[in-house]
Amino acid sequence: MAINAPKHEIYTRRKSRNLAVMGCCIGMAVMVFAVTIVKVQNGGMVEGFDHTYRASVLPITEPVE
Amino acid sequence: MSDASYSSYSQTPEAGVRDFFALLKPRVMSLVILTAAVALLVAPVDVHPIVGFAAVFWIAVGAGASGALNMWWDADIDGQMARTEGRPIPVGKVKPQEALGFGLFLSILSVMMLSLVANPLSGAILAFTIFFYVVVYSMWLKRSTPQNIVIGGAAGAFPPLIGWAVATGGISLEAVLMFALIFMWTPPHFWALALFRNEDYKRVGIPMLPVIAGDRATRVQIFIYTALLAPVAIALSFSSVGGILTLIVAAALNLRFLVGAWRILQRNEAQAQADKHKVEVRVFLESIGYLFAHFIAMGLDYGLREFGWAPAWPVLF
Repeated sequence: MAINAPKHEIYTRRKSRNLAVMGCCIGMAVMVFAVTIVKVQNGGMVEGFDHTYRASVLPITEPVE
Repeated sequence: MSDASYSSYSQTPEAGVRDFFALLKPRVMSLVILTAAVALLVAPVDVHPIVGFAAVFWIAVGAGASGALNMWWDADIDGQMARTEGRPIPVGKVKPQEALGFGLFLSILSVMMLSLVANPLSGAILAFTIFFYVVVYSMWLKRSTPQNIVIGGAAGAFPPLIGWAVATGGISLEAVLMFALIFMWTPPHFWALALFRNEDYKRVGIPMLPVIAGDRATRVQIFIYTALLAPVAIALSFSSVGGILTLIVAAALNLRFLVGAWRILQRNEAQAQADKHKVEVRVFLESIGYLFAHFIAMGLDYGLREFGWAPAWPVLF
């Protein structure tokens, strides 16, 4: 397709709808990101589950003097 | 959806953003946002503002989705009623299938997102609210019983329960009282409307109380429900989420609502038609402000408590 080919009229007709969908997508991404940051900051212990020791299931040991 | 043809159905080429926004019933959504946000705010567990904002947003989207599904189902009768004939489907701006897809997509998305943002309980109550409004009220009760809005009114009463569940992860008496306030408010609010929109409902065969039981019985029922509503509002003001402002608003507005309901009771159909349902229209319009004022008062009482300006207050419930 030529770079300067004339746009189909559907792009003009649906411009406001497309912009609204774009706005919703960006808004949702920002919201999910913000909520994720808050939950990670306020959350409990973050542990890996694959091939790592999980601190919460290790036996409690007294510190050695 | 019934097979009745849409009276003014003529497809225009493209639905705009405004048409899809109108499907979400923005005016109903504003009440949902207020009641859910206040319940979330006054709940005894603090919620991070970003999580709170996101939760209220998804509750509002869920409410809007149920509005879109309601408009899809009721498109055949909406086009024949003055109050609803300008909705996007009857005027041909949005195709019924588009409204169905839009409503289902937003329903699933909102429930999923609320469950993730807040907790599974709030997501489950939102899912039940959408189901209740669309299936129980719109598809079943609305066209089959004059008690349609008594039972169906529960759908509109769920948002504060969801807001409370977002904050606390559970349900308690205060949330139930907020639910009861909206639940008991719904019948007199809609029956006042039905009294002056009776012809519309009659024409499309919706068995609203004035259509089935008559004008007099409806006036009696409006007064009974308004009288039952007052103690709920007063009880709420003496709960842990109430306070002096909630009590002042509850006392003033319930007295006004009761006087309005009493005046409706004293009139008959002929008198109402003579002055174009002046009293009924006024009670209906004032009843909209009734709920807004109660929830705003609860929010202000919360502010007084937070700043330490609230007077000592007996918590009886």
